[in-house]
Amino acid sequence: MSTQPTPSQRHYWRKSLAITGWLMLVWFVVTFGVAFFARELSFRFFGWPFSYWVAAQGALVVYVLIVGVYAFLMNRLDEAHSLDEDA
Amino acid sequence: MPDMFRDSPAEAEAAEVRFRGQADRAYQWYTLWFVVFVVVLGVAEQMGLHRDWIGFMFLFATVAVYGGIGILCRTTDPVEYYVAGRRVPAIYNGMATGADWMSAASFLGLAGTLYLTGYNGLAFILGWSGGFCLVALFLAPYLRKFGQFTIPDFLGERYGGDWPRLLGIGATLLCSFTYVVAQIYGVGLITSRLLGVAFELGIFLGLGGILVCSFLGGMRAVTWTQVAQYIVLIAAYLIPVVWLSVKQTGVPVPQAVYGYQLEKIADKEIDLMIDTREITVRLAYEEHASALEKKLADPVRALAAERAALEARVQALRAEAAPQKEQVAAEKALAKLPREPAAAVAMWQESLDEARLKALPLNGMPRSDEQFAGNPDGTPAEQALFDLSRRNFLALVFCLMVGTAALPHVLTRYYTTPNVKQARESVTWSLAFIVLLYFTAPALAVLVKYEVFNVLVGTSFDALPAWMDAWHKVDPKLLSITDVNRDGVLQLNEMSIGGDIIVLATAEIAGLPYVVSGLVAAGGLAAALSTADGLLLTIANSLSHDLYYKMIDPNANTARRVTLSKMVLLVVALAAAYVAAQKPADILFLVSAAFSFAAAAFFPALTLGIFWKRTTGLAASLGMLSGLGITFYYMVTTQPWLRSVFGISSPVELWWGIEPISAGVFGVPVGFVVMIVVSLITPPPPPKVQELVEYVRYPRALRR
Repeated sequence: MSTQPTPSQRHYWRKSLAITGWLMLVWFVVTFGVAFFARELSFRFFGWPFSYWVAAQGALVVYVLIVGVYAFLMNRLDEAHSLDEDA
Repeated sequence: MPDMFRDSPAEAEAAEVRFRGQADRAYQWYTLWFVVFVVVLGVAEQMGLHRDWIGFMFLFATVAVYGGIGILCRTTDPVEYYVAGRRVPAIYNGMATGADWMSAASFLGLAGTLYLTGYNGLAFILGWSGGFCLVALFLAPYLRKFGQFTIPDFLGERYGGDWPRLLGIGATLLCSFTYVVAQIYGVGLITSRLLGVAFELGIFLGLGGILVCSFLGGMRAVTWTQVAQYIVLIAAYLIPVVWLSVKQTGVPVPQAVYGYQLEKIADKEIDLMIDTREITVRLAYEEHASALEKKLADPVRALAAERAALEARVQALRAEAAPQKEQVAAEKALAKLPREPAAAVAMWQESLDEARLKALPLNGMPRSDEQFAGNPDGTPAEQALFDLSRRNFLALVFCLMVGTAALPHVLTRYYTTPNVKQARESVTWSLAFIVLLYFTAPALAVLVKYEVFNVLVGTSFDALPAWMDAWHKVDPKLLSITDVNRDGVLQLNEMSIGGDIIVLATAEIAGLPYVVSGLVAAGGLAAALSTADGLLLTIANSLSHDLYYKMIDPNANTARRVTLSKMVLLVVALAAAYVAAQKPADILFLVSAAFSFAAAAFFPALTLGIFWKRTTGLAASLGMLSGLGITFYYMVTTQPWLRSVFGISSPVELWWGIEPISAGVFGVPVGFVVMIVVSLITPPPPPKVQELVEYVRYPRALRR
C-alpha cells in the first residue's frame, strides 16, 4: 500500500486537526488565561471569588465538555468520511 | 491484530450489547449488596457491635470481593491478560480509569492540601483533570487504533530500533515504581489503622489484596475490580461531605453551596487575624522562635547549658521528693536531649521552622479565597512574591497536566476499549467520573474549615471532642494541641493538623457513626489498591512484554510470556512493599516528581510520533534523553531530599524561581525542541513507519 493518503483522508486529517486546535484554544484560555488573571477576576459568584470557582468547578465542566464535544465531532467526522469502524 | 478476527459487524455489535447488559446487571447487584452491607453494619453498631469489628468487616469484605473478581477473571490468554480482551465498554473503562487514576493522594491528600493552601491547592485539581483533555485529543484514540499492548510498544514500532523502546521501559519503571511505593505505603497506613496491626503487617495484608487480583487475571481482573473499587471510593467520599453540608447549610448538595461557606470563612479569617487571643499565641511562638535562634547561633554551648539545666532539675526534684510524675517527666526530657550538637541543631532547626510558621496569622495558612501570595499593587517585594507565586502555580498546573497525559498506567487503559470511537467516549466517561470526586474535594476542605473555625476554635480544652485525642494518639504529627497562652480555650494557632487526616477524620468531625469512618477507610483502601494494581501491571508488562518478548526472546510462546509477566509482577510487588516498609522520606514529593518525569519522557515523543510524520527515531531517543536529563538535573540540584541523597552541596540555583516539583516545565520544551531539530537534520523515517502513522490517524482503512 502506498504511503500517500487519499484526498478524502487528507480532508479528514485537516478537519480533525482543526477540531483539535480549536478545542485546545478553549482549554488554554480556561486554564491558563483565567489562572493568570485570577486576582483580577475576584468578583463574587454565588459566594466564590469567580476565579476560585473556575479553578474548582467551571474549568472542570469545560474539560468534560471539550472531551465530549471532541468525541461527538470526531465520531461524526468518521462517518462523513466512511472511516468509521462499523461501516 | 485481534480486530481482524472479529465476527461480522452486526454479530459483534450484538455481542457487545449483551456483554454490556451482563455488566450492568452484575454491578447493580453489587451496589445493592454493598448498600445492604453498610446498612446492616450501621444497625449492628447501634446495637453495640465493637468498632474493631466494624473495621475488620469492612477490610475483609471489600478485599474478599476484589479477590473474588480476580479469581473469576483469571486468565492466561495474552489479549485478555494485557488488554482485557479489548471489549470493555466505554462507560466501564471510564470507571476503571477513574479508580486507576485516583490514588491515595487524590483520595486522602487532595482535600488536606486544599484545607492547608486554599486556592493554591487548586493547581492539583486543574492539572489532574485538565490533563485528560490532552489524553483525549492527542493520544487515546490514536493509541487505540495502534492497538498493541504497552506504551514502549508504540515507541518501539514508531521509531524503530531498540533505543526508543528501551528508554520507554526505563521511564515507565522510574515513574511507576515511585508511584506504586506511595500506594502501598497508603495501603499499609489504612490497613494498620483499621485493624490495629503493625504497619509492616498492614502492608503485607494489603499486598495480598493487590496480588490476588492482578496476578491471576491481569488487565481483565484489574479492570473489573477497578469498577467495583470506584463504586466504593466515590460513595465513601461523598457520604460524609453530604452529611456535613446538611448539618451546616441544610442543603444536601455540598458542591453547589460551599461558595457561601467559603465567604463566611473568609470573613472569619479576618476576625481571627486581629483576634487578641490569637495574637498572644503568635507572640508566644515568636518568643520561642527567637530563643531557638539564639541556641542555633552557638549550638555547642547551648546544648551543654541545656543539659546542665535539665540535670540540675532532675537532681532538685529528687532531693525535694517531688511527685513521681514530675520526676519522670524531667528524666524523659533529659533522655530526649541529643548527645551530638549536630543532632541538636537538626532538632532545633525543625522546631524553629515550625515556630516561625505558627507565629504567622492563621497558623501560616494563606487566606482561603485569596489567589496566590503577595500583592500585585503592593511594595516591590510583595509584587515580586505575587509574580513568583503565580508563576509557580501555572508551572505546576502545566506539569501535572502534561504528566497526566503521559503516565503509562493511564494510557494503557485506552488499549482496552473495543474500538476507536469507544476510546474517545471512554475518556469522556473517565473524566466525568474523576471530576465527580474533584468537585467534592474543595467542598470538603471548605466545610471542614468552617467546622474548625466555628466549632473547635474558642472551645474550652476540656470540652474538645474525643476524636481529637484519638488522632493525637495515632501520631502527634497528625494532630496536636497545646494551650500556648494558658487561657484554657483553643485558638487556631494552638492546633496543628496534618493534611492527610482531613478526609479520614471528616466523618468524626461531622459527628457521624463509626460505620461511616469505616466506609471512608475502605474507600481510601480502594483508591490505593486500584492504583497499585494498575501500576504493578504496567511495570510487569513493560518488563515481560517489552524487554523480554520484544527484545530478548521474540520466539517465546504466549503462555510463557503471560507466566513470565506474572512472575515479574510478584517480584516487583514484593520489592515495592519492601521499599514502602522502610517508610522512605518525602514520599509525596516522589509522587509529584513522577508527573514531571513522565511528562518530559513520554509526551513529546508520543504526540510528535502521531502528529508529525517527519519525527525520526534518533530524534525521539535524543529528545527523550535530554528532556528526562534536564528534569532530573534540575530536581537533583534543587530539591533538599534529593540533594542529600546525591550529596550535592553547591548553592541552590532556581531557574526563574520555579520549584523543583515543576521541573518538567523545562524538560518538556527541551524534549520538543531537540526532537524537532534533530528530525530536520536526519533523513526522514522509512516508508513503513510513515504508513504506520497514516494507519493510526484514520479509525478505519489502510489496514496493514
